[in-house]
Amino acid sequence: MRRAGAAAGLAGLGLVVVGAVGAAQGPPLVADLSDHLIAISAGFTGTRVVMFGATDGVGDVVMMVRGPASEVIVRRKERIAGIWVNRAEMAFAAVPSYYAVAASRNIDDFADPAVRVRQEIGLDSLKLVPAVEAVEQVAETFRAALIRNKQRRGLYGTEVGKISFLGQNLFRTEIDFPANVPTGSYLVEVLLIRDGEVVGAQTTPLIISKIGLGAELFDFAHAYSAVYGVVAILGALLAGWIAHLLFRRK
Amino acid sequence: MQIYLPIAEISLDVFLLLGLGGAIGFLSGMFGVGGGFLLTPLLIFIGVPPAIAVATQANQVVASSVSGVLAHWSRGNVDFKMGLVLLIGGFVGSTIGVLIFSLLRTLGQIDLVIGLAYVLFLGGIGFLMLGESLRALLRQRRRAGTPRKLHQHTWVHGLPMKMRFRKSRLYISALVPLGVGFVVGLIAAIMGVGGAFLMVPAMIYLLGMPTAVVIGTSLFQIIFVTANVTFLQAVQNQTVDVVLSVMLIVGGVIGAQIGSRTAVRLPAEQLRVLLALMVIIVCGRLAYELAAPPLDVYSIVTVGGVN
Repeated sequence: MRRAGAAAGLAGLGLVVVGAVGAAQGPPLVADLSDHLIAISAGFTGTRVVMFGATDGVGDVVMMVRGPASEVIVRRKERIAGIWVNRAEMAFAAVPSYYAVAASRNIDDFADPAVRVRQEIGLDSLKLVPAVEAVEQVAETFRAALIRNKQRRGLYGTEVGKISFLGQNLFRTEIDFPANVPTGSYLVEVLLIRDGEVVGAQTTPLIISKIGLGAELFDFAHAYSAVYGVVAILGALLAGWIAHLLFRRK
Repeated sequence: MQIYLPIAEISLDVFLLLGLGGAIGFLSGMFGVGGGFLLTPLLIFIGVPPAIAVATQANQVVASSVSGVLAHWSRGNVDFKMGLVLLIGGFVGSTIGVLIFSLLRTLGQIDLVIGLAYVLFLGGIGFLMLGESLRALLRQRRRAGTPRKLHQHTWVHGLPMKMRFRKSRLYISALVPLGVGFVVGLIAAIMGVGGAFLMVPAMIYLLGMPTAVVIGTSLFQIIFVTANVTFLQAVQNQTVDVVLSVMLIVGGVIGAQIGSRTAVRLPAEQLRVLLALMVIIVCGRLAYELAAPPLDVYSIVTVGGVN
């Protein structure tokens, strides 16, 4: 399953069909990705991963993609003496760096609010909780601003993606990752919902990591920051000396 | 041709970066200014995060100061004793400066403080330079000038801890260069510049050093102050981008050669007016960015991230 692209995804779909038909008493839902590893090299301009799978009967499929979580601080600027200054701020714990949803039809038509909140289906139900308890209306404004900022960077989907069914049991969708996609370990969660109940679930990991010289420099700068600093200084000293020699010669 | 800057985590055009370094090097070769105070805002304009622009620029200044100081040293224009005293102040100042930088970063005010510092200093220097050059141009026309006093005695000369600086032909309190070094180091660390634009006037007017040794001595201590800033930024904030710094150094070295040769053939005062106008334009652009309504009054920062 290390193949890339939509064509490979469809080929994989065929394998899944055989698997689903062959095992009569298998799980109600199987799903997989066309890629489990995205390597970001110097010229990375974003990529697309195909999610595909099969169900054992009728039902609706919904998919959530979540990037690694970390704390995010939201700040609000205010105009003070003519200039815009960051004033109020609110920290949110465990904010997924990336979040996308796709569904086989309008989510409200097959999942009631309770299910949506429990499974965190859709941006409205995504759990974004202030790190320190805050007044609800204020927290709501900051939460909306957080989502808006993430959407502007292309890291939170602005709309629900479409999971398309091919026949009764087979489904597929595409996940788009922008050029600035954060690295780390992602989780792709696929749910099968029948009569408002989750009857099948599968979670597949997806690793996004940087490769190449750039990635090594970044890691080095963070892991051995003192050595990195000394090397940067020595490099600059050497460059200055060489420049002086060249200057004197001419 | 795009090049990926691993610490800034963005891709920028190689020739844009080389050209920027070259243009600043050209100016520094032509006018003898470090150019850092123009380069940092320009880097911010093309999309480099301010924190990275400041820290990387400090590393670039190390290189340009080394080549500068070697040239002055061979002419015997460096007062090492004065340089060392300035340096002690500079080390303390720049260390505290980097700590303030980190603190402001966690408070979310670093971009504002960098912006304000630049508007203040660029505006001040730009208008001073413009005024001075215009006056000089007028003087040339009238062929008249008022003679200046060479050395004035002020309160500065009454302070304790007197020290003799032979090369500078001075006998003054060590507290003065210590204080000057401290203040310049502090500002240099926050703004990511060498601080020559502050150090040189302070040496001439506050310390009363002879002009001949001012540039060399200032460059000498700037090497160590900016090296200290580079190291501390790398350790504290991981904001030094070596790929960016190499681009700027290469461009800067070539630009400086061309600049210093062109300077001989061009009318200096008219050029100085142009430089002053450029400084004022950059200052105006930065001031506008501070005052213009932002796209979204809310912004987000990932804890532990660069942007």
